[in-house]
Amino acid sequence: MSVLVGTGTKLLVQGLGGAGKFHVDRSIAYGTQVVAAPHPTRAGEVEVFEGEVDASGVPGRTGSYRVEVPIFATVRDAVAATGANASVVFVPPPFAADAIMEAADAGVELVVVITDGIPIQDMVRVKRYLEGKRTRLVGPNCPGVITPHECRIGIMPGYIHETGRVGVVSRSGTLTYEAVKQLTDNGLGQTTAVGIGGDPVNGTNFVDVLRLFQDDPATEAIIMIGEIGGTAEEEAAAFIRDHVTKPVAAFIAGTTAPAGKRMGHAGAIISGGAGTAAEKIAALEAAGAVVAVTPSDMGDAVLEAMRRAGSA
Amino acid sequence: MKIHEYQAKELLGARGVSVPQGRLANTVEEAVAAVKPLIQATGNAVVVVKSQIHAGGRGKGRFLEHPDLGGVNVVLDGLKGGVEAAEAAVRSLAERMLGSTLVTVQTGPEGKQVNRLYVEQGIDIEREFYLSVVLDRATGRNIVMASTEGGTEIEEVAAERPDAITRETIDPAVGLLPFQAHALTWRLGLRGDAAKAGRRFITALAGAAIELDTDMVEINPLVVTKGGDVMALDAKVSFDKNALFRHSALASLRDLSEEDAAEIKAADYGLSFIKLDGTIGCLVNGAGLAMATMDTIKEVGGEPANFLDVGGGATTENVTAAFEIITRDPSVKGIFVNIFGGIMKCDTIANGVLQAVHNVGLQVPLVVRLEGTNVELGKRIIEDAGLPGLVVAGSMREGAERIVELTR
Repeated sequence: MSVLVGTGTKLLVQGLGGAGKFHVDRSIAYGTQVVAAPHPTRAGEVEVFEGEVDASGVPGRTGSYRVEVPIFATVRDAVAATGANASVVFVPPPFAADAIMEAADAGVELVVVITDGIPIQDMVRVKRYLEGKRTRLVGPNCPGVITPHECRIGIMPGYIHETGRVGVVSRSGTLTYEAVKQLTDNGLGQTTAVGIGGDPVNGTNFVDVLRLFQDDPATEAIIMIGEIGGTAEEEAAAFIRDHVTKPVAAFIAGTTAPAGKRMGHAGAIISGGAGTAAEKIAALEAAGAVVAVTPSDMGDAVLEAMRRAGSA
Repeated sequence: MKIHEYQAKELLGARGVSVPQGRLANTVEEAVAAVKPLIQATGNAVVVVKSQIHAGGRGKGRFLEHPDLGGVNVVLDGLKGGVEAAEAAVRSLAERMLGSTLVTVQTGPEGKQVNRLYVEQGIDIEREFYLSVVLDRATGRNIVMASTEGGTEIEEVAAERPDAITRETIDPAVGLLPFQAHALTWRLGLRGDAAKAGRRFITALAGAAIELDTDMVEINPLVVTKGGDVMALDAKVSFDKNALFRHSALASLRDLSEEDAAEIKAADYGLSFIKLDGTIGCLVNGAGLAMATMDTIKEVGGEPANFLDVGGGATTENVTAAFEIITRDPSVKGIFVNIFGGIMKCDTIANGVLQAVHNVGLQVPLVVRLEGTNVELGKRIIEDAGLPGLVVAGSMREGAERIVELTR
């Protein structure tokens, strides 16, 4: 079992520029079903992907692959023709909001946005547009979602993942990889790893993913990786306290960040007393989570949380 | 991107937000020349001379060269002595303020040089308020936030008198609605003409904030004048840099002299860089990992000299630029490169580091920790190069420990 993506995921690709093409090729090599791509001027053509299969991906595949992805004029056409149920967005920032709303209008269930640098006011409008629609947005500015050996959507290195027992949810890309690698190395593995992105306005938040993991029978424990800025971690802590029965570990980046400075992500800014690492760590510990002191201790923190719960 | 007060007032004024009349002065003569037309246009013999720097706290700030002189000065001389007396007083102030260093709570002890003054009409203040338009991250919507505690930092008010703050959420589908502007002014205690002017002010400000893609607009204080007018006595505006592509006119408002030279160079190479006070230079991919690297260095007893995120698609050129920025800082006693290569391959990074060391030279210890795609190849490239002073570490914690040892 897993959450959000799996063997039934049929992916369409929005944004076939250099980065989009490269990462989609890696997803196809991993074994992800990529079924369509909308493009304003290339309808009727196909985009060909070929290469050697990624041995760390979907099992039982060997040798080389060649996939012809059909191109449609609109997302609506692509969904109607292929039954695509998920989209990955690599569209450049000025046009990304429109791409997300087009996917939502076409009824795509899951939209994963990799694009970094979308204007905040665009995301404010997107979030409003998505209200009442069936579409779940993940991102923007995120590494994507992966269920090991089933489906990879995004830009993460596939080979560090291993099917297992822990759900991973994170605001940071490279820190997700750190956590995933440690969970693979200590034998716990992952059910699904979800990068929710570091932007101040995003779609799916910690609480949404915590709820999915809590309801997923295969997920035995959860690690959430947050950072300074905003109150998403505090809200997650309240949810963990009230609704999560599974063991939870956490890490918060930015303990030593100076106040008022923006640390790369737009989200990672602390001003006044709100959103400091100390406040977030205290809230998570009070909710019963085991908080790793450094990112090198994330795998151990999950083991400790499971040990305390008697499940490791 | 931050701008000066005078620029903010010009932008907001052009969008229907009521601001006092004022003139920018780059020289003493320009400051003096601003006095007469201001007094004539407004009929008020009082003028105010305000330092233009990007930091806040200017009124309470003091000049290093003139410890008794504040960053904002009200000139009353015109009340008795007329325009000529006001001009003489402004001349004396401008001579001392221009080129001097203003230290405020936000500038740090080194202060900031004042190169521009804003000469503004005096205002007869009846009451002061706080007003801002900011993003509420919890809802993903903009809010208008107001407080009766004008002139006080909003964080302070939030901590001590949260009931003094009132807010309205803007629905992006329809914008700030008239009933919301009314509710805000009512709760601030505005009545009659002042309430009408307040509604107009708030509506114009909310519209301008969204139209201009601001990160934040803060009017503190917002004042009600004795004549019942509502005006922005100060204005702080910063912009969402991701939206600058659709506001080409705003680019010219950037004042590079207000920004850190190393941070400007970093931005040119697509690097996120922030100078800190420690001794260990950091070069990392990903903002979260970069922060976590700083945390780890501190945890094992060191102090990071910077935050530096080379981003996901770093090239040899970016890595070289990052090295140059780090090594130029004389307080750096050692460098820690921490990379988790996802799509970015470790051999690419290894070659980039070697190229950078070749170009820039290596005077301090360097610890490299590589993980991710092609990690074995990357490590081999670095080890084969056999650079003295270069250590390869297996994990982030080990790397942090090694660099802290080596810089002791």
